Amino acid sequence: MENQFSPEQKGSEVIVVTSGKGGVGKTTTSANVGTGLAKLGKKVCLIDTDIGLRNLDVVMGLENRIVYNLVDVVEGNCRVKQALIRDKRHPGLYLMPSAQTRDKTAVTPGQMIKVIEHLKEQFDYIILDCPAGIEQGFQNAIAGADRALVVTTPEVSAIRDADRIIGLLEANGFKQMDLIINRLRMDMVRRGDMMSSQDVVDILAIPLIGIIPDDENVVIATNQGEPLVGRDCPAGQAYANVVGRVLGKEVPYLNFDKGISFWTRVTGIFHKA
Amino acid sequence: MRHFFRRKSSCQVAKDRLKILLISDRVNCSPEVMEFIKNDIAKVISKYMKIDADNMEIQINTKGAKSGRGAKPSLYANIPIIDVGMTDLNLNR
Repeated sequence: MENQFSPEQKGSEVIVVTSGKGGVGKTTTSANVGTGLAKLGKKVCLIDTDIGLRNLDVVMGLENRIVYNLVDVVEGNCRVKQALIRDKRHPGLYLMPSAQTRDKTAVTPGQMIKVIEHLKEQFDYIILDCPAGIEQGFQNAIAGADRALVVTTPEVSAIRDADRIIGLLEANGFKQMDLIINRLRMDMVRRGDMMSSQDVVDILAIPLIGIIPDDENVVIATNQGEPLVGRDCPAGQAYANVVGRVLGKEVPYLNFDKGISFWTRVTGIFHKA
Repeated sequence: MRHFFRRKSSCQVAKDRLKILLISDRVNCSPEVMEFIKNDIAKVISKYMKIDADNMEIQINTKGAKSGRGAKPSLYANIPIIDVGMTDLNLNR
């Protein structure tokens, strides 16, 4: 915890959001953490590194404003600033979209580092949304990053891939890797049908930075193209807490167990009947 | 009541499967290499006693140690001994 207040804190921090497995919530996490940091007054640049399958623009609700993209920047078709889309809802929040019509080989790790170095001058936080897999897209995404948020769900396949990713990050010299457990269902944990957050932490053995409960509001927020961080719903609160911890604050974990257990107890009566 | 008679919870099944899965993932030791190790161990042990090399098993796991990244894996070998009569060869030396 203490090294989060290192002297580097004054400079900008580059965070890659990765998972190995697809569909566990990398893009949702990138969007919410980025938006949350911007809401606290930080200057944030979100970069979608998933070339060919861009999604972050849609989750952020900025898909209609794309003119240039990451590949254009790398190939010199435009300046870095021209590819940045400003999110009008939050001052200080920008998105660099990825290209939809190209593939992962359009960018190299070296080129990514160059773009990030340029962006570091203007932003407090640069958040890289990593594609699924461990191929070149992954290598591009982690190349310029200082720390990683590893997203997983409490499922065997996602945890296995997360373990592989953590091994690869370690091999690439990452010192700070934090775990986000997404889509946890306390009702299932209680009846022994889902691994608890403690089970997942024991297996992956990296520090926990967030537990996001399974919440239908995430789907609704994605439908609307507006990240739900800070909103009055379980996932919104959980993401706000992740943002606090990313900033190095000690934030207690929400007790989903209490709230849900009462609720399931009430609804359980009707289910049994 | 039926909870008392229920089989292992699916959570426990998942944890047990992952434990074994991740060890082999992390060790990254191919079955071919494991076979070489097994043959070499059999050769060395056979110098001192008669063993059933066909039925010996070796595996890498973290039994006893706590699971997680810090845990050091260890090599377990199960070697059926047919005759220990040759052990005094060792003592006389």
